[in-house]
Amino acid sequence: MDDRAHRAARRVEGRLAASGIALGRLVRLKPAKHDARQHRSIAEEHRALADALAASQEALGLLARDAGDADAEAILAFQIALLEDDNLAAPAFALIKAGEAANRAWSKAIDPEIASYEEASDPYFRARASDLRDLRDRVLRHLAGETDQAVPSGVIVAADDMPPSLFLATDWRDGGLVLRRGSPSSHVAILARSRGVPMIVGVDVDRLADDADAVLDADAGLLIVDPDADLRAAYCRRLAEQSEARQLAASFKGPAFTASGEPVRVMINVTGLAELRGVDPAEVDGIGLMRTEFLFQGREQLPTEEEQYQIYRRMLEWAAGKPVTIRTLDAGGDKPIAGLTQEGDANPFLGVRGVRLSLRHLEVFRAQLRALARAAVAGNLKVMIPMVTVPEELDRCRALLAHVIEDLRAEGRQAEMPPLGMMVEVPAAALTIEDFSADFFSIGSNDLIQYVAAASRDEPQLADLARPSRAVFGLIGHVVKYADGAGRETSLCGDLAGDPEQVAALLDQGLRTFSVSPGALGPIKAAIARYSGPAS
Amino acid sequence: MNKQQASVLMRHEVGLHARPSVKLTKLAKAFESRIDLGLSPDGPWVDAKSIVKVMATKAPKDSTIYFRAEGSDAKAALEALVTLVDGDFQDGR
Repeated sequence: MDDRAHRAARRVEGRLAASGIALGRLVRLKPAKHDARQHRSIAEEHRALADALAASQEALGLLARDAGDADAEAILAFQIALLEDDNLAAPAFALIKAGEAANRAWSKAIDPEIASYEEASDPYFRARASDLRDLRDRVLRHLAGETDQAVPSGVIVAADDMPPSLFLATDWRDGGLVLRRGSPSSHVAILARSRGVPMIVGVDVDRLADDADAVLDADAGLLIVDPDADLRAAYCRRLAEQSEARQLAASFKGPAFTASGEPVRVMINVTGLAELRGVDPAEVDGIGLMRTEFLFQGREQLPTEEEQYQIYRRMLEWAAGKPVTIRTLDAGGDKPIAGLTQEGDANPFLGVRGVRLSLRHLEVFRAQLRALARAAVAGNLKVMIPMVTVPEELDRCRALLAHVIEDLRAEGRQAEMPPLGMMVEVPAAALTIEDFSADFFSIGSNDLIQYVAAASRDEPQLADLARPSRAVFGLIGHVVKYADGAGRETSLCGDLAGDPEQVAALLDQGLRTFSVSPGALGPIKAAIARYSGPAS
Repeated sequence: MNKQQASVLMRHEVGLHARPSVKLTKLAKAFESRIDLGLSPDGPWVDAKSIVKVMATKAPKDSTIYFRAEGSDAKAALEALVTLVDGDFQDGR
């Protein structure tokens, strides 16, 4: 029996950057050294750098030509544009003129650029440091006369960082990637997601042995070294499931378009980080609705500002710049919360729920708004208020939000004012939509339908009434038309958006943003692709 | 000499990052005029044809981008750049 079967499996933790499972041999990439170079005359050093720059540019051009997808092309175009810009190498040529060797001059010139990106507060700009390191090392390799690094196919690669160009030159097949550096918004992570290569970051790679047998479970943020036979078998099964699911989803990948080529945004509804596992951010246009009630339910104490902030921030990091719409607490109705919602309400759906409840528990609401205003610094956050009935409710929310931002800044914390929008689910609000100073609208069709029909969605005998009627579509059309004219976005995040049979009717009303559960992404994109315009 | 100034609000989701910067500098380079970019009406100014300098501004979402141009095609250059930024860096693809 293989000696490895007796060795205890070792678990190493990291953070999810690209979802999926990989099984294979662990290969540790060591950073290359480029300092073995003879210093020659100033003219020769100048020519050596100029040649290395030209050769790098040509190599990147070839890589871009073969890249075959828009993300890869854009990333390489950025590196090529940097190389084409004389400003990048100018300080290096100046150092060479002063007697420095070409390789040292190049490093000295580009390292401060890398450092300035590493110091950036914005995670997107911080992630660009990796692109510059990639470029630096490529030119250094040319100067040292080294050939490009090669990675064997189908292995789990562990490294400090991986340059995007090396990622693109690698055959990943069933392999995976484990990095110390990098973040979910790095270019490598974007590439890994778009090519389905499982990847985690923030791993202490020094402790990993080269050539060990390993399982990478990126969704769990876990690398398992020397797994036992049972564990291995379990992951083999999951890998098979993964390939099957991927084949299915592959039929509707990428942005959604109608049959006539009109783009439609399709976002997802989630309740927490767990659901984001297995969803590729590249496949969605953002999070159209994050329900926060689930953070509050089934627990002894309400979540603290810090706890909420951490969760919101991680969602924004996952989305990597795409919009994340977080709805403030929508408790009450069918979602009671111990110690917060009223018990024994005669008619909970018409009672103190949503924003009505939040405005009556300001200490709870303020903590949530503070967490949101802090998280807004980390990405493209939008804040949505549920159950708005009259404009004054939204105005009060906006004033409260502005106030907590002032407080946060006075405390020396970073905070930003996110766009503030409203759910449109109360018919009174839908009918007078022009009175509301909302930055965006999101139609909550579940409640809108039951309020319009005065029929509970939980009463089986009234199922014929509590369904999308002409009255409901009329209200949706009214909101979309007003919002389009006013230059504001309308999305629909209720169950209606996730029903493929209703897609055409919603598109007829002018709706161009859908937010659905992750599982409905494929069917909804397929229904959108079949739509060729209003039936005449 | 023909001098022009213009400004535009940038709404791009992650700010003036790699892809928008590539597009912006490529467009700027198509014009003869000297073109500068800044994040305030009084500068500091950087060369809008240099991606190194443009990226170094690290302009976040919702920044107002200021341009000034000097040269024979200054007016056309600014119109084109403002349209690019205002159109969220779409290039008709």
